[in-house]
Amino acid sequence: MNTGMNTGAPEPVFTQPWHAQVFALTVHLNEAGQFAWPDWTARFSRTLARHGLARELDGGDDYFTAWLETLEELLADLGQADPAEVDRLHAAWESAYLTTPHGAPVRLGR
Amino acid sequence: MAHDHHDHDHPHSLLPPEPALRVKALETVLTDRGLIDPAALDEIIDTYQNRIGPKNGAAVVARAWTDPAFRDRLLADATAVVADLGFFGRQGEHVVAVQNSPEVHNIVVCTLCSCYPWPLLGIPPAWYKSDAYRARAVREPRAVLADFGVSLPETTAVRVWDSTAEIRYLVIPMRPEGTEGMSVEQLAELVTRDSMVGTGLPKAPE
Repeated sequence: MNTGMNTGAPEPVFTQPWHAQVFALTVHLNEAGQFAWPDWTARFSRTLARHGLARELDGGDDYFTAWLETLEELLADLGQADPAEVDRLHAAWESAYLTTPHGAPVRLGR
Repeated sequence: MAHDHHDHDHPHSLLPPEPALRVKALETVLTDRGLIDPAALDEIIDTYQNRIGPKNGAAVVARAWTDPAFRDRLLADATAVVADLGFFGRQGEHVVAVQNSPEVHNIVVCTLCSCYPWPLLGIPPAWYKSDAYRARAVREPRAVLADFGVSLPETTAVRVWDSTAEIRYLVIPMRPEGTEGMSVEQLAELVTRDSMVGTGLPKAPE
Protein backbone atom coordinates (compact mmCIF):
# COMPACT_ATOMS: atom_id res chain seq x y z
CA MET A 1 0.00 0.00 0.00
CA ASN A 2 1.16 3.52 -0.61
CA THR A 3 0.28 5.21 2.63
CA GLY A 4 3.84 5.87 3.67
CA MET A 5 3.41 3.44 6.52
CA ASN A 6 7.05 2.56 6.57
CA THR A 7 8.54 4.63 9.25
CA GLY A 8 12.03 5.70 10.15
CA ALA A 9 12.38 9.17 8.69
CA PRO A 10 11.45 11.86 11.20
CA GLU A 11 8.15 13.48 10.34
CA PRO A 12 7.09 16.99 11.33
CA VAL A 13 4.23 17.07 13.81
CA PHE A 14 2.28 19.38 11.50
CA THR A 15 3.21 19.58 7.83
CA GLN A 16 1.37 22.88 7.21
CA PRO A 17 1.07 25.86 9.55
CA TRP A 18 -2.71 25.86 9.16
CA HIS A 19 -2.87 22.24 10.34
CA ALA A 20 -1.32 23.38 13.61
CA GLN A 21 -3.61 26.42 13.77
CA VAL A 22 -6.85 24.52 13.28
CA PHE A 23 -5.73 21.82 15.71
CA ALA A 24 -4.85 24.38 18.39
CA LEU A 25 -8.06 26.30 17.82
CA THR A 26 -10.11 23.17 18.40
CA VAL A 27 -8.20 22.08 21.50
CA HIS A 28 -8.40 25.62 22.91
CA LEU A 29 -12.17 25.84 22.37
CA ASN A 30 -12.61 22.42 23.99
CA GLU A 31 -10.49 23.41 26.97
CA ALA A 32 -12.47 26.65 27.25
CA GLY A 33 -15.62 24.55 27.59
CA GLN A 34 -17.24 25.34 24.23
CA PHE A 35 -17.85 21.65 23.54
CA ALA A 36 -17.04 18.25 25.00
CA TRP A 37 -14.34 16.19 23.33
CA PRO A 38 -16.54 13.11 22.67
CA ASP A 39 -18.96 15.40 20.78
CA TRP A 40 -16.03 16.59 18.70
CA THR A 41 -14.81 13.08 17.86
CA ALA A 42 -18.34 11.94 16.98
CA ARG A 43 -18.74 14.80 14.51
CA PHE A 44 -15.22 14.41 13.16
CA SER A 45 -15.74 10.69 12.62
CA ARG A 46 -18.84 11.43 10.55
CA THR A 47 -16.96 13.95 8.40
CA LEU A 48 -14.10 11.50 7.82
CA ALA A 49 -16.55 8.75 6.88
CA ARG A 50 -18.32 11.07 4.44
CA HIS A 51 -15.07 12.23 2.84
CA GLY A 52 -13.75 8.68 2.72
CA LEU A 53 -16.63 7.61 0.48
CA ALA A 54 -15.29 9.57 -2.47
CA ARG A 55 -11.68 8.50 -2.13
CA GLU A 56 -9.29 6.92 0.30
CA LEU A 57 -7.98 9.49 2.75
CA ASP A 58 -4.24 9.41 3.30
CA GLY A 59 -4.27 11.09 6.72
CA GLY A 60 -2.35 14.15 5.55
CA ASP A 61 -3.89 17.32 4.14
CA ASP A 62 -7.22 15.58 3.60
CA TYR A 63 -7.38 14.76 7.30
CA PHE A 64 -7.07 18.40 8.32
CA THR A 65 -9.48 19.46 5.55
CA ALA A 66 -12.06 17.21 7.21
CA TRP A 67 -11.05 18.59 10.60
CA LEU A 68 -11.58 22.20 9.45
CA GLU A 69 -14.95 21.41 7.89
CA THR A 70 -16.04 19.75 11.15
CA LEU A 71 -14.97 22.75 13.21
CA GLU A 72 -16.78 25.20 10.89
CA GLU A 73 -19.98 23.17 11.13
CA LEU A 74 -19.71 22.73 14.88
CA LEU A 75 -19.18 26.46 15.49
CA ALA A 76 -22.03 27.32 13.14
CA ASP A 77 -24.33 24.92 15.02
CA LEU A 78 -23.23 26.37 18.34
CA GLY A 79 -24.02 29.84 17.04
CA GLN A 80 -20.43 30.92 17.65
CA ALA A 81 -19.35 31.52 14.06
CA ASP A 82 -21.98 32.39 11.51
CA PRO A 83 -20.97 30.94 8.09
CA ALA A 84 -21.81 34.19 6.29
CA GLU A 85 -19.57 36.12 8.68
CA VAL A 86 -16.79 33.55 8.25
CA ASP A 87 -17.10 33.83 4.46
CA ARG A 88 -16.94 37.61 4.66
CA LEU A 89 -13.76 37.48 6.77
CA HIS A 90 -12.27 34.85 4.49
CA ALA A 91 -12.70 37.25 1.57
CA ALA A 92 -11.34 40.11 3.69
CA TRP A 93 -8.21 38.13 4.54
CA GLU A 94 -7.70 37.16 0.92
CA SER A 95 -8.00 40.78 -0.11
CA ALA A 96 -5.60 41.82 2.65
CA TYR A 97 -2.95 39.41 1.33
CA LEU A 98 -3.45 40.58 -2.24
CA THR A 99 -3.14 44.26 -1.38
CA THR A 100 -0.31 44.13 1.16
CA PRO A 101 3.15 44.68 -0.34
CA HIS A 102 5.33 41.61 -0.15
CA GLY A 103 7.27 41.53 3.11
CA ALA A 104 4.92 43.83 5.00
CA PRO A 105 2.80 42.37 7.81
CA VAL A 106 -0.65 41.41 6.54
CA ARG A 107 -3.41 43.03 8.54
CA LEU A 108 -7.12 42.92 8.12
CA GLY A 109 -8.38 46.25 6.84
CA ARG A 110 -11.85 46.88 8.19
CA MET B 1 -2.99 32.16 -11.98
CA ALA B 2 -1.33 35.43 -11.22
CA HIS B 3 -0.78 34.49 -7.58
CA ASP B 4 1.13 31.29 -8.16
CA HIS B 5 4.42 32.63 -9.39
CA HIS B 6 7.53 31.70 -7.46
CA ASP B 7 9.91 34.51 -8.24
CA HIS B 8 11.22 36.89 -5.62
CA ASP B 9 9.37 39.96 -6.80
CA HIS B 10 5.92 39.38 -5.44
CA PRO B 11 4.06 42.64 -5.81
CA HIS B 12 1.94 41.53 -2.88
CA SER B 13 2.18 39.03 -0.05
CA LEU B 14 2.06 35.38 -1.00
CA LEU B 15 -1.52 34.19 -0.68
CA PRO B 16 -1.79 31.33 1.84
CA PRO B 17 -3.68 28.21 0.78
CA GLU B 18 -7.48 28.44 0.84
CA PRO B 19 -7.98 26.41 4.04
CA ALA B 20 -5.41 28.59 5.83
CA LEU B 21 -7.54 31.63 5.02
CA ARG B 22 -10.63 29.81 6.30
CA VAL B 23 -8.83 29.12 9.59
CA LYS B 24 -7.80 32.77 9.84
CA ALA B 25 -11.40 33.82 9.21
CA LEU B 26 -12.62 31.51 12.00
CA GLU B 27 -9.95 32.84 14.34
CA THR B 28 -10.96 36.42 13.59
CA VAL B 29 -14.65 35.73 14.24
CA LEU B 30 -13.86 33.95 17.51
CA THR B 31 -11.38 36.61 18.63
CA ASP B 32 -13.97 39.31 17.94
CA ARG B 33 -16.40 37.41 20.16
CA GLY B 34 -13.80 37.09 22.90
CA LEU B 35 -13.88 33.30 22.71
CA ILE B 36 -10.21 32.69 22.11
CA ASP B 37 -6.92 33.90 23.44
CA PRO B 38 -4.25 34.03 20.68
CA ALA B 39 -1.51 33.45 23.28
CA ALA B 40 -3.23 30.24 24.34
CA LEU B 41 -3.25 29.04 20.73
CA ASP B 42 0.50 29.64 20.45
CA GLU B 43 1.02 27.79 23.71
CA ILE B 44 -0.94 24.76 22.48
CA ILE B 45 1.02 24.65 19.22
CA ASP B 46 4.32 24.94 21.05
CA THR B 47 3.32 22.19 23.46
CA TYR B 48 2.36 19.71 20.77
CA GLN B 49 5.16 20.67 18.41
CA ASN B 50 7.98 20.75 20.91
CA ARG B 51 7.14 19.47 24.33
CA ILE B 52 5.01 16.37 24.12
CA GLY B 53 5.75 13.38 22.01
CA PRO B 54 6.76 9.75 22.15
CA LYS B 55 9.55 10.51 24.63
CA ASN B 56 6.89 10.71 27.35
CA GLY B 57 5.59 7.27 26.51
CA ALA B 58 9.10 5.86 26.16
CA ALA B 59 9.97 7.02 29.68
CA VAL B 60 6.87 5.28 31.01
CA VAL B 61 7.62 2.04 29.16
CA ALA B 62 11.28 1.99 30.24
CA ARG B 63 10.25 2.46 33.84
CA ALA B 64 7.66 -0.31 33.53
CA TRP B 65 10.42 -2.61 32.25
CA THR B 66 12.59 -1.95 35.28
CA ASP B 67 10.12 -1.40 38.10
CA PRO B 68 7.55 -4.20 38.55
CA ALA B 69 5.51 -2.23 41.08
CA PHE B 70 5.25 0.68 38.63
CA ARG B 71 4.33 -1.74 35.82
CA ASP B 72 1.56 -3.25 37.94
CA ARG B 73 0.18 0.20 38.77
CA LEU B 74 0.35 1.17 35.10
CA LEU B 75 -1.53 -1.94 34.03
CA ALA B 76 -4.11 -1.43 36.78
CA ASP B 77 -4.72 2.28 36.21
CA ALA B 78 -2.66 4.02 33.55
CA THR B 79 -4.80 7.15 33.73
CA ALA B 80 -3.71 7.76 37.33
CA VAL B 81 -0.05 7.07 36.53
CA VAL B 82 -0.07 9.46 33.58
CA ALA B 83 -1.76 12.12 35.72
CA ASP B 84 0.82 11.60 38.50
CA LEU B 85 3.63 12.12 36.01
CA GLY B 86 2.08 15.47 35.13
CA PHE B 87 1.77 14.77 31.43
CA PHE B 88 -0.35 17.26 29.59
CA GLY B 89 -3.75 16.17 28.39
CA ARG B 90 -7.07 17.77 29.11
CA GLN B 91 -9.40 15.99 26.77
CA GLY B 92 -10.55 13.85 29.69
CA GLU B 93 -9.68 10.51 28.24
CA HIS B 94 -8.77 7.35 30.09
CA VAL B 95 -5.51 5.68 29.25
CA VAL B 96 -5.22 1.91 29.26
CA ALA B 97 -1.84 0.17 29.09
CA VAL B 98 -1.72 -3.21 27.36
CA GLN B 99 1.32 -5.42 27.68
CA ASN B 100 2.89 -7.51 24.94
CA SER B 101 4.05 -11.02 25.74
CA PRO B 102 5.22 -14.04 23.77
CA GLU B 103 1.56 -15.07 23.67
CA VAL B 104 -0.11 -11.76 22.75
CA HIS B 105 0.93 -8.81 20.60
CA ASN B 106 -1.23 -5.70 20.95
CA ILE B 107 -1.88 -3.16 18.22
CA VAL B 108 -3.85 0.08 18.52
CA VAL B 109 -6.09 1.78 15.98
CA CYS B 110 -8.91 4.30 15.94
CA THR B 111 -11.33 3.00 13.32
CA LEU B 112 -13.65 6.02 13.48
CA CYS B 113 -11.22 8.91 13.54
CA SER B 114 -7.78 9.25 15.11
CA CYS B 115 -8.04 8.96 18.90
CA TYR B 116 -4.53 8.54 20.26
CA PRO B 117 -2.85 8.98 23.66
CA TRP B 118 -1.63 12.52 23.03
CA PRO B 119 -0.01 13.03 26.46
CA LEU B 120 2.16 9.94 25.94
CA LEU B 121 2.78 9.91 22.20
CA GLY B 122 1.98 13.41 20.89
CA ILE B 123 0.13 13.91 17.62
CA PRO B 124 -0.41 10.74 15.58
CA PRO B 125 1.53 10.28 12.33
CA ALA B 126 -0.34 10.47 9.02
CA TRP B 127 -0.45 6.70 8.56
CA TYR B 128 -2.37 6.31 11.83
CA LYS B 129 -4.96 8.74 10.47
CA SER B 130 -5.17 7.16 7.01
CA ASP B 131 -8.22 5.23 5.83
CA ALA B 132 -5.94 2.37 4.87
CA TYR B 133 -4.60 1.81 8.36
CA ARG B 134 -7.92 2.42 10.07
CA ALA B 135 -9.64 -0.13 7.87
CA ARG B 136 -6.93 -2.77 7.63
CA ALA B 137 -5.64 -2.85 11.22
CA VAL B 138 -8.78 -4.63 12.33
CA ARG B 139 -9.36 -6.73 9.22
CA GLU B 140 -5.84 -7.97 8.59
CA PRO B 141 -3.53 -6.92 11.41
CA ARG B 142 -0.80 -9.39 10.46
CA ALA B 143 -0.62 -7.98 6.93
CA VAL B 144 -0.40 -4.46 8.38
CA LEU B 145 2.36 -5.59 10.71
CA ALA B 146 4.19 -7.09 7.75
CA ASP B 147 3.98 -3.68 6.00
CA PHE B 148 5.75 -2.26 9.01
CA GLY B 149 8.36 -5.01 8.82
CA VAL B 150 7.09 -6.87 11.87
CA SER B 151 6.61 -10.60 11.67
CA LEU B 152 5.45 -12.50 14.69
CA PRO B 153 5.55 -16.20 15.46
CA GLU B 154 2.35 -17.99 14.44
CA THR B 155 1.86 -18.84 18.09
CA THR B 156 1.59 -15.17 19.05
CA ALA B 157 -1.99 -13.93 18.97
CA VAL B 158 -2.58 -10.39 17.69
CA ARG B 159 -5.05 -8.34 19.67
CA VAL B 160 -6.39 -5.11 18.15
CA TRP B 161 -7.62 -2.29 20.38
CA ASP B 162 -9.98 0.27 18.91
CA SER B 163 -9.54 3.68 20.57
CA THR B 164 -12.40 6.00 21.34
CA ALA B 165 -12.79 9.56 22.58
CA GLU B 166 -12.93 8.09 26.08
CA ILE B 167 -10.25 5.39 25.99
CA ARG B 168 -6.77 5.59 24.51
CA TYR B 169 -4.26 2.76 24.57
CA LEU B 170 -0.55 2.49 25.19
CA VAL B 171 1.22 -0.69 24.20
CA ILE B 172 3.99 -1.82 26.53
CA PRO B 173 6.28 -3.73 24.18
CA MET B 174 8.43 -6.61 25.37
CA ARG B 175 11.81 -5.59 26.71
CA PRO B 176 14.46 -6.52 24.13
CA GLU B 177 16.95 -9.27 24.87
CA GLY B 178 20.42 -8.21 25.91
CA THR B 179 19.36 -5.11 27.81
CA GLU B 180 20.15 -6.37 31.29
CA GLY B 181 21.97 -3.74 33.27
CA MET B 182 20.89 -0.84 31.08
CA SER B 183 19.62 2.28 32.84
CA VAL B 184 16.04 3.48 32.51
CA GLU B 185 17.30 6.35 30.34
CA GLN B 186 19.21 3.98 28.04
CA LEU B 187 16.18 1.71 27.78
CA ALA B 188 13.90 4.63 26.92
CA GLU B 189 16.09 5.27 23.86
CA LEU B 190 15.09 1.85 22.54
CA VAL B 191 11.35 2.50 22.81
CA THR B 192 10.03 3.75 19.49
CA ARG B 193 6.71 5.44 18.87
CA ASP B 194 5.55 2.58 16.67
CA SER B 195 6.41 0.03 19.35
CA MET B 196 3.96 1.82 21.65
CA VAL B 197 1.22 1.69 18.99
CA GLY B 198 2.02 -1.96 18.31
CA THR B 199 3.11 -1.48 14.70
CA GLY B 200 6.76 -1.79 15.61
CA LEU B 201 9.14 -3.41 18.04
CA PRO B 202 11.66 -1.67 20.28
CA LYS B 203 15.14 -1.16 18.89
CA ALA B 204 17.75 -3.75 19.75
CA PRO B 205 20.60 -2.56 21.96
CA GLU B 206 23.78 -1.67 20.06
